[in-house]
Amino acid sequence: MHGSRTTGSPYAPHTEAETSAMLAELGVESVEALFDIPEPVRFDDSFGIDARSERETRRLLESILDRNDDLTELLGRGHYSYYVPSLVDHLSDRSEFLTSYTQYQPEVSQGFLQVLFEYQSILVELTGLEIANCSMYDAASALGEAATLADRLRQVSGTTVLVPDILQSGKRSTLENYVDGTALSVESYPTADATVDVDALTDRLDEDVVMVYAENPTVRGTIDPNLGSIGDVTTDADALFVLGSDPIALSLLERPADVGADVVIGDASVLGLPTSYGMGLGLFATREEFLRQVPGRLVGVSEDDDDRRAFTLTLQTREQHIRRERATSNICTNQAWVALRTAIHAAMLGPGGMVDLAKRDVRRARELAERIDELDGVSAPVHDRHHLREFVAQVDRSANTVARELEDHGFAIHVVDDREIQLCVSGATDDELDDFVAAFEEVVR
Amino acid sequence: MSENPTDQIEESTSNERRFDQARWTTNGTYEPLLSEKNRTDIEIDAEAAGLPDELTRDSLSLPSLAESELARHYTRLSQHTYGITSGPYPLGSCTMKYNPPYTEDVAALPGASVHPDRDEGTVQGTLELLYRLQDYLGRIGGMDAVTLQPPAGAAGEFVGIRVATAYHEHNGDGNRDEVIIPESAHGTNFATAALGGYDVVSLPSDDAGRVDLEALEAALSEKTAALMLTNPNTLGLFERDIEQIAEMVHDVGGLLYYDGANLNALLGRARPGDMGFDVMHYNVHKTFATPHGGGGPGAGPVGVVEELAPFLPAPRVRPVDDDESTADVRGDDLATSSTGATYELFDPEYTIGKVHGFQGNWLVLVKAFAYIARLGDEGLADASAKAVLNANYLGSRIDYEIPYGPFHHEFVASAGDQDAADVAKRMLDYGVHPPTTKWPEIVPQALMTEPTEVESKETLDQLAAAFDAVAREADETLEGSPNRTTARRIDQTSAARNPRLSWHALTETED
Repeated sequence: MHGSRTTGSPYAPHTEAETSAMLAELGVESVEALFDIPEPVRFDDSFGIDARSERETRRLLESILDRNDDLTELLGRGHYSYYVPSLVDHLSDRSEFLTSYTQYQPEVSQGFLQVLFEYQSILVELTGLEIANCSMYDAASALGEAATLADRLRQVSGTTVLVPDILQSGKRSTLENYVDGTALSVESYPTADATVDVDALTDRLDEDVVMVYAENPTVRGTIDPNLGSIGDVTTDADALFVLGSDPIALSLLERPADVGADVVIGDASVLGLPTSYGMGLGLFATREEFLRQVPGRLVGVSEDDDDRRAFTLTLQTREQHIRRERATSNICTNQAWVALRTAIHAAMLGPGGMVDLAKRDVRRARELAERIDELDGVSAPVHDRHHLREFVAQVDRSANTVARELEDHGFAIHVVDDREIQLCVSGATDDELDDFVAAFEEVVR
Repeated sequence: MSENPTDQIEESTSNERRFDQARWTTNGTYEPLLSEKNRTDIEIDAEAAGLPDELTRDSLSLPSLAESELARHYTRLSQHTYGITSGPYPLGSCTMKYNPPYTEDVAALPGASVHPDRDEGTVQGTLELLYRLQDYLGRIGGMDAVTLQPPAGAAGEFVGIRVATAYHEHNGDGNRDEVIIPESAHGTNFATAALGGYDVVSLPSDDAGRVDLEALEAALSEKTAALMLTNPNTLGLFERDIEQIAEMVHDVGGLLYYDGANLNALLGRARPGDMGFDVMHYNVHKTFATPHGGGGPGAGPVGVVEELAPFLPAPRVRPVDDDESTADVRGDDLATSSTGATYELFDPEYTIGKVHGFQGNWLVLVKAFAYIARLGDEGLADASAKAVLNANYLGSRIDYEIPYGPFHHEFVASAGDQDAADVAKRMLDYGVHPPTTKWPEIVPQALMTEPTEVESKETLDQLAAAFDAVAREADETLEGSPNRTTARRIDQTSAARNPRLSWHALTETED
């Protein structure tokens, strides 16, 4: 049986003798007798899926995934990859972490609970806000949850959620699905040079606005110099100020609490996950005064019968399994294991490593922009701002053509519009960026 | 008997392995926090980054430890964590199966990790795998079209509800504002319906624990957008009247939603699509043995009948030409290589848009695909067979009363005069993760138990012995447990009364 095709579940350990003994104990002749399914809805066909050995299954997956082109990705726009140290893989793959479930029995789950508590603590330090939950699906769903939080907090006074006009389309669409069941609607406010146009935003603000969303850095990689002003005008309008960011950016850029942010959302998987086709980890931090309205799980501290400090899921009366339709969110399964990976990666970097990584990507984005700006037919960066990780460049040739030809040279880039492209440095090594500049020089000529 | 409750286990199950969870302690606490080992304050030198001061924070304070010390910290914490490889995990409704490690290895293949904004021509492998998984799931559920985007079961429910809304609105039928849900349903159903803007109509069970048809008749109206149901239900009972239920819902113009949490009981024996369900979600992390990861990530693909396909989230995947190579996929075979067909992304005609910034929890989908491809028809059907056999065998062997049956993959026993939460804590001392407790509320002091197919007869006998030993124990023994776990009984009330949710909060308290 080992190594060859099997005709049953390879993970059901029953021998025939055991199965017979169990059936005898139950007083039935076959397992089929245990299925209480009326004849008309029984399925007696097959799915047409053949079983494979483990080796054949791996071969199948390898042959399928080998079809992906091996490109150096200069892609970002809301999803960033950094090198994930091997120790993160090896520790997070310890099977106790990987194969446990939600920590409903804290006495046997202290390890995972402590990691999640440490994850929450890291986000509290990075944001300056008092509380962080221990994960949402991704930045887009966390933004949706922020909007429903705003709805619960300020539902009498308004119905409009304002987002920047350059918001990544997946985030915008997800947000619209989240608010469709509420009285809220989503509208855009203008940006100038890919950061918030504070005057235009101020003009737009009125009592109907319950929430203003801004990002730092933005989807174009620009660092917003006006966060404090946004916080002020948003607070004056009695709207919630929700700021989008990520752990690496937060380690260097202005502290959200210092600019008046009420909620910080974003994707924390910049630490801990490879590109993963966009799989993420939604971070969600907010002020203590909103504690009872926060969506998602929270890990807190208590004591056990030996008077030792111990961790447990807490404030579960907000959650769907207890509060049902009055819950603060429908989230149940979240991204706990990704949060664990993020926490380990952050711990490996330490504060110095995280700040260095952010500084490195400020420097490398600037240097790459300067290098390609020297080429004929290229102007970079388009936006007169400081950048982190990525920037937009203008090209004289068709942006689509440039992108396709770069693919032939082994590079993937974003196309913004007919004459604009976007480049992100986080996933590439310095050598790869050198190779890119050489290829780019050929392509834009 | 000894006064020490831990010794009693030795006596009651003297021929069995004694359980002791690891317990690392330092200075009166279990494994110290990273922040107690080191806190390093970094001053931010903005100039060094070429940024003006006003764009940066002043400082950052986080632990800074050597890699070797971190390896030990997290290894000790893993030893403080109970997973399916630690022992039995019959947590009802959660379907905690053994997770074969090869699924981790294929998810870590170099080709598996690509950026979501890559041009589709350069990620044909990713698209082929997504398409083939859509196809597999469609066949398994009896559904015409599948989206893989929802990142969890509850997110799948949300897609189902949003699709129902879009469908009704498209038909000029947008006044439906009620969703009917059995009172025993998963809490996510209620929360999801509310998130979708619906009023929840709670449906009582009949005396046999199934949908009360008279109550359903009374609940249904032209306001009904959908009925959300799982089958078998949370008591493990098959809703035998499902055809009639479907007809009743459809007669008032409502949609029938299938909560896939219990699909493991049906693989190869019944399909939601054949029962009249219009839309369903799959919990691939339950049914197809992808690790639960301490509470996620999971994935909640959604299948629908043809009429609802135009409303699914964007984008979906399809072959560019429906040629012979893709026909091979539909017929499957013993292929151990790619079909070579070309795939593309497309937006369904009346799509609800997106429910995830990108394409969902891709790595989970890779693991689910690998698992289904490994088991095939026979393996999947056998998984259900053994899951149902195991639940029935375990149910027959325990002393606690099981008020409702016949059941499939899970049963809900009653702890009777005992407190189910205390029973659960005591079971931990026997090296067993306890059942789900006190839910569904139809059964007093509920112990919702789902052993899944991966436990052997010997393990089930040990489980039954643990149940029965606890059933005979005195209240004070239960209340004094657990004793062999990393932490002893934790005061959850004080954690909620005085929330301390970060190491910063701990420091403030100590100050």
